[in-house]
Amino acid sequence: MSGGAPNRAGRMAVNAAAYAVTVFLLLPTLIIIPMSVGPERFLRFPPAGFSLRWYAEYFRDPDWVAATLFSLEVALLTALCATVAGTMLALALVRGRLPGRGLVELLVVGPVIVPHVALAVAMFLVFERLRLTGTLLGFTMAHTVLALPFVVFTVLAALYRFDAELERAALSCGAGRLATFRHVTLPLIAPGVVSAALFAFIISFDEPVVSFFISALDRKSLPRKMFEDIDYNISPTLAAVATMLTALTVLALLLGFVLKRAAERRAAARSG
Amino acid sequence: MLGGRRFSPAASLALAAPFLLLLLVVFILPLATLLHESLFVPSPGLGNYAHALEEPVYLRVMLRTLRIAFLVTLLALVLAWPLAWVMSRSRGLGLALLGAAVLLPLWTSVLVRTYAWMVLLQRNGVINQMLARLGLIEQPVRLLYTEGAVVLAMAHVLLPFMVLPLYSALKGIPEDYPRAAQMLGASPWATFREVVWPLCLPGVTSGCLMVFLLALGFFVTPALIGGPQQMMIATLVSQQVRELLDWPFAGALVGILLAFVLALVLLFRRAVRLDRFVGQA
Repeated sequence: MSGGAPNRAGRMAVNAAAYAVTVFLLLPTLIIIPMSVGPERFLRFPPAGFSLRWYAEYFRDPDWVAATLFSLEVALLTALCATVAGTMLALALVRGRLPGRGLVELLVVGPVIVPHVALAVAMFLVFERLRLTGTLLGFTMAHTVLALPFVVFTVLAALYRFDAELERAALSCGAGRLATFRHVTLPLIAPGVVSAALFAFIISFDEPVVSFFISALDRKSLPRKMFEDIDYNISPTLAAVATMLTALTVLALLLGFVLKRAAERRAAARSG
Repeated sequence: MLGGRRFSPAASLALAAPFLLLLLVVFILPLATLLHESLFVPSPGLGNYAHALEEPVYLRVMLRTLRIAFLVTLLALVLAWPLAWVMSRSRGLGLALLGAAVLLPLWTSVLVRTYAWMVLLQRNGVINQMLARLGLIEQPVRLLYTEGAVVLAMAHVLLPFMVLPLYSALKGIPEDYPRAAQMLGASPWATFREVVWPLCLPGVTSGCLMVFLLALGFFVTPALIGGPQQMMIATLVSQQVRELLDWPFAGALVGILLAFVLALVLLFRRAVRLDRFVGQA
């Protein structure tokens, strides 16, 4: 190799920059974890001791618990609705002859392109008139729309990955549409569908902007409750909530990773 | 291909029906109602839009939004490039760890990450405590509620959206190209400028566009990290709706934001690869 020395120096500089950026990405979130177990009313780094006081505070506060349960309910329903509607649409796009296909594809990316604040304010206006603010139905519908693009993309990828000949074989052997879907298609795309549901759950559970606008005073989601608490007082309870949310995200990502590996292994086994 | 085995148009429509119904009721109807409000209340015409574009206070907010979004994009590009480059040259465990460092923040709640910056930047926050302990400052410095803090925190939150498209563009550059350039006597800088940079330009465009678009309409981080002096268009919309109940005017602001976003998307529609952000986990 020519020009070894400046080359190596340059490479080391780029590597150092890359690792510094990694630290920059992770550190702010990670630093919250030790701070959440500090015993004092003021967040301090390093913490002055170890105490689970702020975690106990969270579980004892009916407002926090109510907001968490409501968000869980919404996220579970959203995962269900978005996965069913999204999988059906993905099937229509890949295996069907959908009239106005271009328009439908535009609609799929719509909720990703339109800024969430625009959508949130528009939903707030209509939901107020329909008395849907602060309701389970309103939240589920809103979050389902936000999660749908991700579900559709994920299931589309799963559908493109396996051989359509398998479905054709089942159909020509006399299996009905529904039987083919249940016994051939669904088992093959199952990891994709489950990870789509996982995406939908996280998107809903963490969703701050639409939640901020369509919450009611007595019925609010966890992100809305966090938003209010951050805005008025940066209490250590929030550090405990943030830590638990981050842990939940890590778990979901690990689960998603395991599912992806399973799907790849399955695809490799079929084609190999 | 399934040939004649495809679903009929009627069956396809039936499969698409739940999706179409949901988007009609919770996407198209709300946006259409809000935009209708902006065009017809109190009287038909572009009065609300003219008000937004003529009043210096609102014009300043919009120009600030553009400036902050631009700075955030620039900072994110500078930070993301070395990381994406090293990722594109890594394999196995190294790649997995770097990938996790990008994906974990991407899927961590925006509120958690914004809160973390507030804890770091506030008056008696971590950074001020550190600086005081090192004897660098006597009094806490004002870090929160400054434009610099807004730009920094937003760049942090949006960084994964820059890293991922850059990474996939850089991954496509064969190892041999930069090596060949250097064998032929090009300096590292010339290799970067003449070989690597032109080849990763599609990723740069895609990442910059994505970050810029998200930054334009960003609500959470500027609303919490910035003060009134750093107000961006999303916070202005929120204020019009929640405090002043001025729906027509808020509708006009949303209309302007939407026009801007859609124009950019149409202009760069080849660069917007939204499906890239899915299935990365």
